[in-house]
Amino acid sequence: MAHANVQETGPAGWTEKASTLPVIGKFRDVRQEFLRKTGNPLLAIEEISFDLFEGHLVSLLGPSGCGKTTFLKIVAGLVKGYTGTVQINGVDVTDPHPDVGFVFQQPNLMPWRTVIKNVTLPMEIRKEAGPEATARAHELLKLVGLEGFEDAYPNQLSGGMQQRVALCRALVHSPKLLLMDEPFGALDELTRMDMHDLLLDIREKTGATCLFVTHSISEAVYLSDIVVVFSQRPAVIADFIEIDLAYPRTPETRYSADFTALEHRASRALGITR
Amino acid sequence: MTKLLNNWRLALYPVAGIVVILVVWQLYTDLFGVSQIVLPSPTDIWGAMVKNNSLLLRETWPTLLECIYGFALALALGIPIAVAVANSRTLNLILYPILIATQSIPKVAVAPIILIWFGIGMESKLAIAFLVAFFPIVVDTATGLRATPPGLIELARSLRASPSQVFWKVQFPAALPFIFAGSKVAVTLAVIGAVIGEFVGSNEGLGNLLLTANSQLNSPLAWAALVWLSALGIGLFVIVVIAEKIFMPWAEGGH
Repeated sequence: MAHANVQETGPAGWTEKASTLPVIGKFRDVRQEFLRKTGNPLLAIEEISFDLFEGHLVSLLGPSGCGKTTFLKIVAGLVKGYTGTVQINGVDVTDPHPDVGFVFQQPNLMPWRTVIKNVTLPMEIRKEAGPEATARAHELLKLVGLEGFEDAYPNQLSGGMQQRVALCRALVHSPKLLLMDEPFGALDELTRMDMHDLLLDIREKTGATCLFVTHSISEAVYLSDIVVVFSQRPAVIADFIEIDLAYPRTPETRYSADFTALEHRASRALGITR
Repeated sequence: MTKLLNNWRLALYPVAGIVVILVVWQLYTDLFGVSQIVLPSPTDIWGAMVKNNSLLLRETWPTLLECIYGFALALALGIPIAVAVANSRTLNLILYPILIATQSIPKVAVAPIILIWFGIGMESKLAIAFLVAFFPIVVDTATGLRATPPGLIELARSLRASPSQVFWKVQFPAALPFIFAGSKVAVTLAVIGAVIGEFVGSNEGLGNLLLTANSQLNSPLAWAALVWLSALGIGLFVIVVIAEKIFMPWAEGGH
């Protein structure tokens, strides 16, 4: 089925290997214009088409202001007025999808809620709060190494810890698809590398599909199955790079020749190197 | 434990300041033989307080009620109006100029008119206390609601929260620090409003007692009423601070 879809429009970089997996996100000729106050429209995204396969971690890599966050927010149902096709599990996206979790650049924790109450917030909003939700939240906090911080307030945690809480909150309703908007961009280098391994670990344990926005080449290559390189605004796909490095990836992976070659390819697509 | 000890030490500073002022005051009135009518000494005032204890207590009650009712009414009407002003541009454009206009009228000047409307009883004092307490609550609450971090609202939207969930789970708690900041100002203003009302026309309350004692040149009693009034204001302020600590436990214990 996925195979047929892909063949008929042939998005850039489609590979035979991926075609065995079911498609969770289908994006075709996605185009987004914004009306500016001055009157003339701003074309943020010219044309983006690709398939997101179940279980994959796909990075959207591009320069600042290229439209990658806009694209992610379209998929999240937070930005409207696009043209083209954006489907999650075959359903057109018009509003936030219930089976999606979103991690923002900022942790966006409610300062008046304890850690555990922040994590169970999505369940409260869905009116599914209860002992089960709390148990799930405890389990997730344990997974990210925050056991014992359940009753702390966000202002008592470091930036990295706050982002881990935000990750748990995005996962608490067991979403099929995790959307992440430069979630580790505000963290220091060492914390960020820890978070990379944590994310890969969580992906392994939950099997969630991830769409990950970043402007870090090494982050994109280290984490992803596929890196979709966005051009400068208005965005088109500059390259579609399959990262054929074996999982589990370890800090040593960052120093292999294959890793460097993939980084180089991405930086060529971004126009940084030749 | 050390924190508690530190708090005690911190409390010593203002106490020391007050003690110094009282000693200088007492010495000044004793040494220079200042008339009790012009400036009663601290011991004179203390004597009047002890002697008129039950009278002062009786007169405190109506003033306290005027303040509490006026302040409570300001909260009950001010917060919904702030919500309207913060969420609707049209209502903001209609109401804001009116709010500022009412605020710029000196309350002492409207007090006689309010007395005509509501009579000499508690209602008129309550109305004046409400009028002065209302403005800071509306302005601060509206500011707080508008200052809700957009990221938190976007998060709620991504979770498919309904508009009422966005309000109760995000906007309102985010505005709480502002609501309490406004309440602290408002509750002290409510005391001033109540006293203005009693000055203009009343037959009970601490303001009325102060005025009566003054007209009889009973300065120690007038000063005693003044001490009770400031104690009343401080007491109400402290209650708001305690409520703030109870309702906003997250505000403490940061980095």
